[in-house]
Amino acid sequence: MIGRRFLRQALPFLSLAVVLAAIFFVQPRTMSYFGLNLMLQYAVPIALATIAQMFVITVNDLDLSIGPFVGLVGSIAATLLYDDPVLGMAALLACIAAYGAVGALIHSRNLPSIVVTLGLSFVWLGISVLILPTPGGNAPGWLKWLMAVQIPLVPFPIVAAIIIGGAVQLALMYSSFGVIARGAGGNPRALARAGWSMLWTKVAMYSLAGFFGVLSGLSLLGLTTSADAHVADRYTLYSIAGVILGGGEFIGGRVSPMGAVVGALTLALAGSFLIFLRISPDWQIGAQGAILIVVLALRAAVTLGEARR
Amino acid sequence: MNALINRLRHQPWIWSFLAAALVWIVTVTWLRGQGAGEILTAALSFATFSIIVGLGQMMVITTGPGNVDLSIPATITLAGVVAMKVMDTDNARLLIGILAALGVSLLAGIFNYALIRLLRMPPIIATLSSSFLILSTAISYGRGIRIKPPPMLDDFATFRLTGIPVATLFVLAVSFVMALVLRRTVYGRSVLAIGQNPRAAWLAGLKVDGVRFATYVLSGFLSGVCGIVLSGFSGGAALDMGEEFLLSSIAVVVIGGTSVAGGKANVPGIWGAALFLFLLVTMLNTFHASAGIRLIMTGLIIIAVIVIAGGDEQR
Amino acid sequence: MTPETIRLDGVEKTFGAVRALAGMDLTVAAGECLGLVGHNGAGKSTLMHILAGTLAPTRGELTAAGTRVGGQWSTAAAQGQGIRCVFQELSLCPNLTVAENTRIVHGSLRGPGWKPRARALIRAKLDEIFPGHGIGADDEIASLAIGKRQMAEIARAFTVTDNPLRLVILDEPTSSLDAVTTHQLLDYVRRETARGTAIILISHLLGEILGTSDRIVVMKDGRKAAERAAKDFDRTSLVAAMGSEARPGDTTRAATRQASNADLMVRAVPAAGGGTAFEARKGEIVGLAGLAGHGQTRMLLQIFSKDRAEVAAPVAFIAGDRQSDGIFNLWSIARNITVRSFSALRRGGLIDLGREARLAEEWKSRIGIRTPDVDNNILTLSGGNQQKTLFARALASDAAIILMDDPMRGVDVGTKQEVYGMIRQQAEQGRTFIWYTTEIEELSHCDRAYVFRNGAISASLAVADLTEEKVLEASFAEAAR
Repeated sequence: MIGRRFLRQALPFLSLAVVLAAIFFVQPRTMSYFGLNLMLQYAVPIALATIAQMFVITVNDLDLSIGPFVGLVGSIAATLLYDDPVLGMAALLACIAAYGAVGALIHSRNLPSIVVTLGLSFVWLGISVLILPTPGGNAPGWLKWLMAVQIPLVPFPIVAAIIIGGAVQLALMYSSFGVIARGAGGNPRALARAGWSMLWTKVAMYSLAGFFGVLSGLSLLGLTTSADAHVADRYTLYSIAGVILGGGEFIGGRVSPMGAVVGALTLALAGSFLIFLRISPDWQIGAQGAILIVVLALRAAVTLGEARR
Repeated sequence: MNALINRLRHQPWIWSFLAAALVWIVTVTWLRGQGAGEILTAALSFATFSIIVGLGQMMVITTGPGNVDLSIPATITLAGVVAMKVMDTDNARLLIGILAALGVSLLAGIFNYALIRLLRMPPIIATLSSSFLILSTAISYGRGIRIKPPPMLDDFATFRLTGIPVATLFVLAVSFVMALVLRRTVYGRSVLAIGQNPRAAWLAGLKVDGVRFATYVLSGFLSGVCGIVLSGFSGGAALDMGEEFLLSSIAVVVIGGTSVAGGKANVPGIWGAALFLFLLVTMLNTFHASAGIRLIMTGLIIIAVIVIAGGDEQR
Repeated sequence: MTPETIRLDGVEKTFGAVRALAGMDLTVAAGECLGLVGHNGAGKSTLMHILAGTLAPTRGELTAAGTRVGGQWSTAAAQGQGIRCVFQELSLCPNLTVAENTRIVHGSLRGPGWKPRARALIRAKLDEIFPGHGIGADDEIASLAIGKRQMAEIARAFTVTDNPLRLVILDEPTSSLDAVTTHQLLDYVRRETARGTAIILISHLLGEILGTSDRIVVMKDGRKAAERAAKDFDRTSLVAAMGSEARPGDTTRAATRQASNADLMVRAVPAAGGGTAFEARKGEIVGLAGLAGHGQTRMLLQIFSKDRAEVAAPVAFIAGDRQSDGIFNLWSIARNITVRSFSALRRGGLIDLGREARLAEEWKSRIGIRTPDVDNNILTLSGGNQQKTLFARALASDAAIILMDDPMRGVDVGTKQEVYGMIRQQAEQGRTFIWYTTEIEELSHCDRAYVFRNGAISASLAVADLTEEKVLEASFAEAAR
């Protein structure tokens, strides 16, 4: 039975290892510093968006607006932040505050997060289009520099992913605040009985989601160097899939930051793998769906066995 | 008269119609009465498609919290592509094309529920991952080539009867059937009961699994209908033809007064909401509002509606 | 006189039309163990929620440590006063570890090194209360068996950091504990009270109450029915004080009936096994008795889903937990009645609205649901009338076997009498009733009863043996041995 629990926690890492091994097998040249760097460069913004989504899922909600939000951050950074760093920073902080306010609204009126964030996705998109009607703008120099950093021996995206996952893992899984946040997802009533405010817990988690959404947008802009309101629309779906692939669950406060990052890496690599496999581009997205289904089927099998013992 | 007004006031769908009417009046006033009829006809034409898929989405959402069908856009695309390829611009192949398209849509619905039931996937993730597969099937099968619809389908989708699109009348009939299903059939009542309390529904002897299965299949079927008519309307199938319906199918359901918490469905509200959303865009267009403003307004209105209507209900 | 820890004066609590507490006075002194007993629905849980600050009293006064607390009584205030509560439904987060759950109730467990401190704190308390418990501080709650979860929650309630510990309320703390851990806990309760902590012990197990408490308060209908030193009670006088003197039962009915050769309607083997199978015949009223949660509801669900059960006719289920198992909140009274009969009301594939309305109207008047209009929403009814609606739902259906899951919870006496009459009349017409009840006196309406213990049938009692004494004896069959 310990084996099964271990298996469940190890599943995201196993999936990643399998995808990676498959890539190396199909295309041995990727087994290099340069190859990995290339395959994984877009993994950093996806991982950050996945972490943002994970904070919202921790408190049993879902954020359908994270993709357009990442696009909005890119648009702000490529225009306001580039032209006037102070104004740009203020705008980005306002974005984070808006996320916190949405959390407060959802909690205090007991609203379904899916619908509210669905509406919000239009708002973010609308603001980006206002700021940047056509793709363009410029990434601030420091961002481009940061995303092009070369670290000896280990490719930058891997180091970044480990740092991001490790830091959030520490904050959510090991800090005393993280316990309250996860408890809020696990048994909100028990938490309220112990005298904690569910409102502030939600505001904190949504604000964190906003913060990591901003980081995601900035890192994406550093890679693309110019912005587009629609550039990250797919991130909403990727981020949800990444959290679930990483062992998270929609309700019950069961999430794993390291797992979520690994889930995001797996999704990013699965794309590359399918290219190397010379699967027709038509089936790229379908194969991603299939991978998602296979991993979740495996998990269903593992948890079913666990429930039966 | 007062009694009638009082009764109407308590109908959740009345607000979406009032909002639609208000927006229409403002637009027509702005244009000094020009094109009032054309705007309405256009609204009816375009609203048709979000109404068809909205009906399916409504049934899915009504089965309770967490239930939503995100595979609607992909299924629309696949049905459109299959219909166009099988029909191959030939009137004689119209029927077989329709059957093929509806067949794949039903399969999509069955696949969705299989993922939900057998793999215990949350509906959001299940319909999301299946939508990837469905879309790939459409891309691969359609090869991105735009094939024109056979003339008969084109005629049906664009024909107008004294200014009212025939397709709209067709969807009106479908809506009446759905309202009847909800009110008078064991299936429809079961959907409402399961959405309120699945355990109580089971203990009251209703077939919970069968009903949920039928609901996802129905949503797939209606997406298929939408895909066929939409390809006729817009002169062929395109790979992005379903995209806008991910959000609009959910938006019309919620604005129309269907409860996101489940157990309460509203067919007329979907009409009001679909007309409202289209007329809103039309109004903002006549005001020469930019795309950004249009999007922001749409989003804020969805949020406002849910804050006003959806608060304090049990989830 | 030892200082009082908490005092209640004339505390009342109403939920809509239901009065859960009707003027309760209670004083708990430091260092005493107060036993609290009473039947289900006597108001014990409500009282406890008020003490813990999770419910506000409708009327009355609360005095904690000598100071009156008015409107600002809350969970936080109760905790500040050193009041802890172990609720019947567990208050642990299943996704967190034992140590992490400890952190949730202690605001001071934060900053660097909080986790080792939390681990040490809970481990020490577990060791103290339940030596040899086998629970790791880093075990996830969801991975623990129910008994160990209960042990973890109990131990957590006794941990102390910066707030003092004055009063711990234990609501059925031993319901999932085995004999050894129960003994350990009751021992600990005595040691803890010797240190000056007050403890309120709520339990259905009278032996525990008699053996552990210093003083016993008996509750009935939201009031204090008796209050004496524990040594002045014995099992019989305690049962008598709980207010269920054996009424002159009308055993005439069953005696004149010869049900034993009627058709067998249900035969089922309890999931937990045991030698005795469950059987019910046509026209019988069969009771399921025993302590709450010992497999009675499970038996009903087994029959309902035909799992290891042979069932000869259509079945209908009457829920006791109306909110979670019975009522459709958004629907009218009429539709809540007809929901079990939708299929039967069809004509040509569509539900006949006229027939539906007539069916609802008929059963509304037959069962006496007090409402001006059956098209009103179900929630406009009082709890008792909602329950009648559930009865109407089952009786209006084509079911020949009616399963009842303790359906009289929180129903007033008048309604109960009406329903009893209805059940009897329906049984005479040939319907079979299988009736789980937690109220022993209700068994007097049954032809015979099965007593459940740990998921199996521990006794099958004929109508003449359906006395409180015999039922309790069978309920504790294992403990007595």
